[in-house]
Amino acid sequence: MTTSAITVREEKQGFLPWLWMWLTTVDHKKIGILYLCGAGLFFLIGGIEAILIRIQLSVPQNDFLVGSTYNQVMTMHGTTMIFLAAMPAIFALLNAVVPLQIGARDVAFPFLNALGFWLFFLGGLILNVSWFLGGAPDGGWTAYAPLSTEFLGSGMDFYILGLQVAGAGTLMGGINFLVTIINMRAPGMTFMRMPLFTWTALITSALILFAFPALTVGLFFELFDKVFGANFFNSVNGGNGVIWEHIFWIFGHPEVYILILPAFGVISEVVPTFAKKRLFGYTSMVFATVLIGFLAFMVWVHHMFTVGLGPMANSLFAIATMAIAIPTGMKIFNWMFTMWGGQVHYTTANLFAVGFIPTFVLGGVTGVMLAVPAADFQYHDSYFVVAHFHYVIVGGVVFGLLAGLFYWWPKMFGKFLNEKLGKVTFWFFFFGFHVTFFPQHFLGLMGMPRRYFTYLKGDGLATGNMISSLGAIGMAIAIILLLINIVMTTANGKKAKGDAWGFGRTLEWSIPSPAPEYNFAQTPLVKGIDPLWKAKMEGSHKVTPAEPLGDIHMPSSSILPFLMSLALTVASFGFIYADQSGTALNAGSLIFAGIGVALLFLMMLIHSLKDDHGYHIHKHEIIEAEREAE
Amino acid sequence: MSQSHDLSIEKLPNPEKATLEGKNKFLGFWFFLGGETVLFGTLFATFLALRDKVGNGPAGHELFSMKVTFLSTMILLVSSLTSVFAILALKEYKLRMMQFWFWVTVLLGLCFLGLEIYEFTDYVKEGLGYKTSAFSSSFYTLVGTHGSHVFFGILWISTLMIASYKKGITTVTAPKYYIAALYWHFIDVVWVFIFTVVYLLGILGG
Repeated sequence: MTTSAITVREEKQGFLPWLWMWLTTVDHKKIGILYLCGAGLFFLIGGIEAILIRIQLSVPQNDFLVGSTYNQVMTMHGTTMIFLAAMPAIFALLNAVVPLQIGARDVAFPFLNALGFWLFFLGGLILNVSWFLGGAPDGGWTAYAPLSTEFLGSGMDFYILGLQVAGAGTLMGGINFLVTIINMRAPGMTFMRMPLFTWTALITSALILFAFPALTVGLFFELFDKVFGANFFNSVNGGNGVIWEHIFWIFGHPEVYILILPAFGVISEVVPTFAKKRLFGYTSMVFATVLIGFLAFMVWVHHMFTVGLGPMANSLFAIATMAIAIPTGMKIFNWMFTMWGGQVHYTTANLFAVGFIPTFVLGGVTGVMLAVPAADFQYHDSYFVVAHFHYVIVGGVVFGLLAGLFYWWPKMFGKFLNEKLGKVTFWFFFFGFHVTFFPQHFLGLMGMPRRYFTYLKGDGLATGNMISSLGAIGMAIAIILLLINIVMTTANGKKAKGDAWGFGRTLEWSIPSPAPEYNFAQTPLVKGIDPLWKAKMEGSHKVTPAEPLGDIHMPSSSILPFLMSLALTVASFGFIYADQSGTALNAGSLIFAGIGVALLFLMMLIHSLKDDHGYHIHKHEIIEAEREAE
Repeated sequence: MSQSHDLSIEKLPNPEKATLEGKNKFLGFWFFLGGETVLFGTLFATFLALRDKVGNGPAGHELFSMKVTFLSTMILLVSSLTSVFAILALKEYKLRMMQFWFWVTVLLGLCFLGLEIYEFTDYVKEGLGYKTSAFSSSFYTLVGTHGSHVFFGILWISTLMIASYKKGITTVTAPKYYIAALYWHFIDVVWVFIFTVVYLLGILGG
């Protein structure tokens, strides 16, 4: 590094210094917590929207949410849950865990990491302020054109710009983790010794890198159609709405694997830990993960079987889709064989992991059913599809994330969540989930279409919908219990040791909880899979270090990521208000957008010219911190 | 970490990859270019799907001039070559030489941009507005996205060069120069595809 590293750091007390610390942090562990808070906030908003939907649908011909209002709630529920709750929750775990699992002191791009978070958060706010500024997006989370470009109000502008900003943040996060995992593994941590969660993080990041730019372009097309009167999706002037469907699903299908792979990774950590057995079939698990990532880009047309692309296209994509069941099935069996003969401890984390397996299998089976084009013509746009994707996204992703949350919470915060309350949470969530979504399969088969705000009395759909709505209450109770648990244990929780659960296997459990700023006092030397478990079996409580104790260089915190995101938010509002349906441009708004972009460039310039020398944590400070932690 | 303090003074071989930060930037930027490839791939695919949808407006072969686009292509290809010279100078720590070749690159980039603006205004005069047809929207969006990349590259390299008078070539700055050159090559490669798919197919393929 450079000669003038600053060494003096002071910790000031009070609200403003505290706020400043969070606004400027580039520490991946703090950014993980920020992601978790952001994801939690939007998860609650999306959850409330879900409850509103279930209230409207609980009885026939209800008039609680009608027409466009229902469309707005339904659109925002989907968009929020996918982009603003599940994605950032995954990034929360990636930030909190991946650098620790590979024995790294930091991520590759701490500055970009912070920028990624603030872009996501402000993008989420852009989407959600639409409620107060003329109505939320109402074209469904898929925003099909030309409906969303020609026939809906300003809500879709918020959708386009909000996702554009949040998506840019996600892309940065993806590149950051790819480089971190490839370049910053501890000595001896070969690719085939990486914990499976890190493997899934790697593949997910690669999927983000290759999927999100397609969405970026698609959203720009919609924006240009709306604001500048372009003709991408305007069939009168030669445009074609099917192009949007292709672009959206070329992004959209990898997106669901972006979500599910890290959940698979969590399960692959939690199950072996609480079975006290190494993961069964590690190599095949890695292979399956890579294969799922590869196939993710080969199957997007299964969302478009009814478009009419012809029997050849439909058949090819159907076969590719069914092929995904093979690596996924390998994973399911490997988890079961891991538990087989192990000493299984049913902690809350493990309950969610074990609950995940049958639930996800149900979602997978309906997935294979939907992959048959002839059958899909029946299922398409019905509640059967709604049931299917909630089984994979809630039953898969959310179960996985909750398992990960309970598992790594002590590592993130140094305190356990309450296990008793946690188990009650699990059972409410598990039964609430199945009661909500299982009947929806049958509602779909009986002909209830997706996205409609009501149904008639004589349709025979009343009982199923009522049961489904009652189930939602169970899930709501579970989430409320989780919140109570968090508040209670934050105030007065059981403190966690470094190896919080007592049978940790991977490197994150070899350092104190919560991890110190510099993660590893000495970079560990990795000699095999599950290095901590290996060390413990050899009678040592420490993983062999790869270097002597010395000063550690750290990056300086910076307010620029927050300000850059703010500048982009300003630009977004400029573009949102420039939209006058392609007729005349609102020059004032465009100038406003220009100012936002100029400010962004200015800050990029400052960042480029100002060298960050960082600072050093001295050896004696590290020795002191390590002693305190013990 | 373990880098010693005088790395910037010592003349290490390959200064752009001498530190972990440099290696991270290098790999990260390659990944970024991977993402950019998807971005341009989507733009190309859309253009190919819509290139015949000219509506009442003019079609490509009525507008495109081989002379202008060939000149643009040559200018941009040469600018890629000059950025290679700049990187060769960088590896030998020849600061003045590197600055010279990067400034030539910027100048060529500006010429290219000037030609593109001239070309676009010409098309608009001949009745190909942004809103005219699906062909025009997709054409301007694809070629314009490339043009804005060139513009950003010019800004980026200029900024780096202005700063280089103060900062010189060190293990901190070398990766920055190097990835800027990588970016410039990428823009060049994209242009080769635009030249082929948009202009050559437009003129010859009808």
